[in-house]
Amino acid sequence: MAPEAPVQPTSSAAVPRRATRLVRWDVIVTALLIVVFVGGALGTPDFATGDNLSFALDDLCEIALIALPMTLLVVAGEVDLSVASVLGMSSALLGALWDAGWAIEMIVPLLIVVGVVTGLVNGLLVTRLGLPSLAVTIGTLTLYRGLAYVVLGTKAVAQFPQNYADLATKTVPGTPIPYPFALFIVAAVLTAIVLHATGAGRAIFAIGAQEEAAFFAGIRVKRIKLLLFVLSGVVSAFAGVIYTLRYGSARADNGLGLELAVIAAVLLGGVDFDGGRGTLGGVVAGVLLIGLLRNLLMLRDVATEIQSIVTGLLLIVSVLTPRIVAGVREARRHPRGSISASSP
Amino acid sequence: MLKRPMAAVALVAALALGAAACGGTTKNSDSGDNGAAATSGKKADPNAPIKKNLKIAFLPKQVNNPYETIVDKAGIGAAAEYGGTAKEVGPSDASASSQISYLNTLIQQRQDAILIAANDPNAVCGPLKQAMSRKIAVVSYDSDAAKECRDVFINQASSEEIGRSEIKVISDMLGGKGEIAILSATANATNQNTWIKFMKDELKKPEYAGLKLVKVAYGDDDDQKSFQQTQGLMQAYPDLKGIIAPTTVGIAAAARYISGSKYKGKVEVSGLGTPNQMRKFVKDGTVQKFELWNPGDLGYLASYAAAALASGQITGAQGEKFKAGRLGERTIGADGEVILGPPTVFDKDNIDNFHF
Repeated sequence: MAPEAPVQPTSSAAVPRRATRLVRWDVIVTALLIVVFVGGALGTPDFATGDNLSFALDDLCEIALIALPMTLLVVAGEVDLSVASVLGMSSALLGALWDAGWAIEMIVPLLIVVGVVTGLVNGLLVTRLGLPSLAVTIGTLTLYRGLAYVVLGTKAVAQFPQNYADLATKTVPGTPIPYPFALFIVAAVLTAIVLHATGAGRAIFAIGAQEEAAFFAGIRVKRIKLLLFVLSGVVSAFAGVIYTLRYGSARADNGLGLELAVIAAVLLGGVDFDGGRGTLGGVVAGVLLIGLLRNLLMLRDVATEIQSIVTGLLLIVSVLTPRIVAGVREARRHPRGSISASSP
Repeated sequence: MLKRPMAAVALVAALALGAAACGGTTKNSDSGDNGAAATSGKKADPNAPIKKNLKIAFLPKQVNNPYETIVDKAGIGAAAEYGGTAKEVGPSDASASSQISYLNTLIQQRQDAILIAANDPNAVCGPLKQAMSRKIAVVSYDSDAAKECRDVFINQASSEEIGRSEIKVISDMLGGKGEIAILSATANATNQNTWIKFMKDELKKPEYAGLKLVKVAYGDDDDQKSFQQTQGLMQAYPDLKGIIAPTTVGIAAAARYISGSKYKGKVEVSGLGTPNQMRKFVKDGTVQKFELWNPGDLGYLASYAAAALASGQITGAQGEKFKAGRLGERTIGADGEVILGPPTVFDKDNIDNFHF
């Protein structure tokens, strides 16, 4: 007969949490980011120039923006893989309507509505039918991209108004920060406040940690999840506008595969893919690390294949390290057989 | 319904604020260092020497594409001839916007010239204009960027030349008489239709009076369908003597059908193909000759054009001339286009010199 008492889920979750506090991954990512930045500035003359940084930030802005709602979703234990397709659909619609003579000021609000609808479809399928979000959004990933092609086919629409194109590429006067990235900074601060300093944020964490417990604690699980999917749709649709104006080209294949970059950034930022754990600061650091590292490798003429390998390895390390650290700490704290002794 | 969810309020507020922040900056984007294409004030000096140690970079549609690799390698080789250093960088996927970050990197690196095979003529425009405003020469090759965003476009071959030479090649093989058919790609393929138009025009010349075009078939650039279309052509036109397939998919499928049928040696196949896919059929006698431009020469010419631009010998205006190494002197045509020249004809004597 094994004398071990069943370990309570709460106590097993509490131990690694305390144990990893000193070696939190989001802290490591931030440190890595600083190392990459300082190393790049010292070793590569063209890296730390205002020009290069503003371009690197501009290049990141859609990924960064979409990473915000994605963080909330992943913390809540869900995921939205359709974001890049929503971006593509938004871009295609923008192109088609612009081509048909609509004003940008009319198109953008409409696209926001389209974003709401795409999010509602995802969210309702997940919350009302209880389908796993991974499966649902793989489906809508294909569906929304298909719609994008229906709207615009394989053609490209160009010649958007210069003042709006400038808005997507120019920097805030006196800084190397492009306008879309400034928007991201504002949105990131707001998201961080919501996630880390409000009841809504605590509810999102609770849903991700223990959905049933959260439900019985009176949290409106389904409604919050639905809202997060809608938010994800809206931000993705708006990112489609930025993307289109930034490249000056509306196409149905815009942003193809971008969802993976977003999720990579979120995971690199230390958000637990099982939900319930993560910080927005970590995600911001993760987004910047991926972007600056890629920029630095490119400036140093590192081949594309090597760039992919570096990013991939970094991602695996980011998922692995916290678990290994937690495992080591736990093993040290509870040498073999001592669990039974310490259990009540 | 909206009692509890503070989340909703906060998140929507976040969004609205975000949108407002964006809307507020709409009209007052003032800072402007985005100089438009800076070509206007420049003057060409045809006698300027090629500058030493030019840094030039090839940005293909995607890296690891065999065709683009040949083009770029030849261009890099040409740079060595004139004492410059060249490299090839690029994305691993050929999507519309993946070239942008590479373009920006090349601008930061202050290359003397950027050569690009554009995935999207407009998406690359912004960064290319920025490059030009910083006195970086911009050459497009293989696939053009929007006209105002590059100095020169190196066009592989003119449509007219391709169309007319196809007829000449098949006529040579058939001794100037017999029924011929065309196996094209899709019915609305722009390239192929332009070539076919020039083929038909060429056939009106008296020296081709013995040739009779009986049918234009469409294999949709699908191997299986092109194969079946060839089969159908042979059944419908038993006297058919030659098939022109101006598409790399079609010519390979047609040659495969003919080489395994009783028509082998009786029906000639020609058109546009790559030496690697056609080598077998040239060696077994199914195909005597076929054509394609030489991708190596394309890169070579583009490289020299870039050097001439970066050295101030040319500015991209029509009528300017520059020397392109072993390819001799070239003249810039309308819209800043330089045409590589007539396509290369491949046969059993030269095919082993080409590997692409």
